[in-house]
Amino acid sequence: MLIDQFPAIVVAVPLVAAALCAIIRHETACWLIALVVAFLSFVGSATMLGQIKEYGEPLSYKMGGWAPPAGIELRVDLLSGYLLVLVSLIASAVLIYGRHSVRSEIKEGLRGLYYAMYLLCMCGLLGIVITGDAFNAFVFMEISSLSMYTLVALGKDRRALAASYQYLIMGTIGATMYVIGVGLLFTITGTLNLVDMADRLGPILDTPAAIAGMAFVVVGLSLKIALFPLHLWLPNAYAFAPSAVTAFLAATATKVSIYLLMRFIYSVFGFGFAIEQTPIPEVIMVLSLVAIFAGSFSAIFQENVKRMLAYSSVAQIGYITLGIALANATGLTGSLVHIFNHAVMKGALFMLVGGIALQVGTVRLSDMAGVGKAMPLTMFGFVLGGFSMLGVPGTVGFVSKWYLAVGALDNGWWWVVALLMLSSLLVLAYMGRVIEVAFFRERPEGAAALKEAPKSMIMTAWVFILACVYLGFDTSFTVGVAEQAVDVLMGGAQ
Amino acid sequence: MRGHLILRVVSKLLIPFLLLFALYVQFHGDFGPGGGFQAGVIVAAAFVLYALIFGLRATQKIIPPALLEVAVPLGVLIYAGVGVLTWSLGGNFLDYGMLDSHDPSHGQHLGILLVEAGVLMTVSSTMLLIFYTFAGRGR
Repeated sequence: MLIDQFPAIVVAVPLVAAALCAIIRHETACWLIALVVAFLSFVGSATMLGQIKEYGEPLSYKMGGWAPPAGIELRVDLLSGYLLVLVSLIASAVLIYGRHSVRSEIKEGLRGLYYAMYLLCMCGLLGIVITGDAFNAFVFMEISSLSMYTLVALGKDRRALAASYQYLIMGTIGATMYVIGVGLLFTITGTLNLVDMADRLGPILDTPAAIAGMAFVVVGLSLKIALFPLHLWLPNAYAFAPSAVTAFLAATATKVSIYLLMRFIYSVFGFGFAIEQTPIPEVIMVLSLVAIFAGSFSAIFQENVKRMLAYSSVAQIGYITLGIALANATGLTGSLVHIFNHAVMKGALFMLVGGIALQVGTVRLSDMAGVGKAMPLTMFGFVLGGFSMLGVPGTVGFVSKWYLAVGALDNGWWWVVALLMLSSLLVLAYMGRVIEVAFFRERPEGAAALKEAPKSMIMTAWVFILACVYLGFDTSFTVGVAEQAVDVLMGGAQ
Repeated sequence: MRGHLILRVVSKLLIPFLLLFALYVQFHGDFGPGGGFQAGVIVAAAFVLYALIFGLRATQKIIPPALLEVAVPLGVLIYAGVGVLTWSLGGNFLDYGMLDSHDPSHGQHLGILLVEAGVLMTVSSTMLLIFYTFAGRGR
């Protein structure tokens, strides 16, 4: 059956295509290859998710014909299928979006290689999600991160190189921590397969080696997630990367690491140990709340709009990890729904800002005076995206915040709910600044006339903006899948 | 380069053996420690030694950078290509047993051989390309 091969196809085809692109190097040809492959991955992921949803059985794939736990297993269940759909969807959309923006921001000779790196990064991200093997996840993590560093460094601004270097150092430390943790767990369990590891860890969870392994894995992944205070690589990387890369990076890279963290905390170490017997939930909760406020406060004072949205991402990641810390079904559902919702709305906002970067030339707030009149579609989309970030009812932001708040109430943490409300005001402050400058100030005298961004960019961004509204009303996909995925996560525990 | 007679003669003597040793490590990978990664590093080291003694230009005449830039992805393609081949023969990705219809263990040998050849190609060209890039700075 062809569908049995889908797990491998989804990951291996982007790898082959990346190598092909690196040989061909012709811009249009590479773009077409990338687009076809990304779309193929999306269709494959969606088919697998549909199949799992229908039959309730996870798909397991024996890499090279070797049976797990000795061989590498690719494993797609509802949770990983959900993330696969998200990553491949965003990857396809950003390719359609990024054509013009890549032309204006990346040197001619490098554009073919850009698509090669993009495919490699997509392959790595999909691989992290799909693999059922702890070390294989590390290999894919390195594939995605190394290609991501290259993509960030392609930015037009010279500071992109420094930002990429910073990202490289921090990312490598994170990956090293992760692999040390996996190494410790491997020495005491003798297995790398996540399901098998969970079984064997059961009786020896409170040994020092297991606890040390858990600590290394959690801290390493927190660095990749950019959980406060390990977020310092993120703002510069997002701000100086090419616009298309920022949209892709913001919507996928941190989400995939959050997925891996959830897998380790809930599936490998298990609810009964990681949540009930270690201080992990308390630590993550405090850091998430600090991330939400510190990120939003920093966003208010940014002059560069991309950097502002980057700090806002630090805050939004705080919401997602807060759901992990709430550790009940509703909170975790909120967390999973917000992974998707945040990817959609932040992806859309970065795409719109990319359009401004293309037409205005900069994304400094002071240069954006009067842009609203000249680029109404872009700025109107920005307003709607802002509403969604704020959590206005009828947008996706409301749905995920609602689940998080109800989850907090289930734990009796009403003060967390109060803080969530308060944090929305901060979103109003920083999004409001951009909207005020763009709509209520005049273009300076003698400034060049502005046109709307190219159709392909506007349309892709608007599809996502409309999705923000649509998914705010019809939550059957996001919440439906997330609730079942939570059962998968919590089920391993009880 | 006119001087450094001893260096030139010794390195000329050494380089063939370095390459031979690389091949030994490469083919030993089937049965014990070794394989494409280690062998690739040794191959690259042989060329780096040549470049240190006889200069970058002479080395780039033997292996031009443009060739390396193709060889890096080509190695990946060989690796992944084996996987695609096993797909087309009806097996799982990288299921080498499929490569020989009579005896799966022969297929395993063949598969490893091809995959390691791809690894050797990518690793040695990447190492050498990194060396070229650093050595060529400021020219």
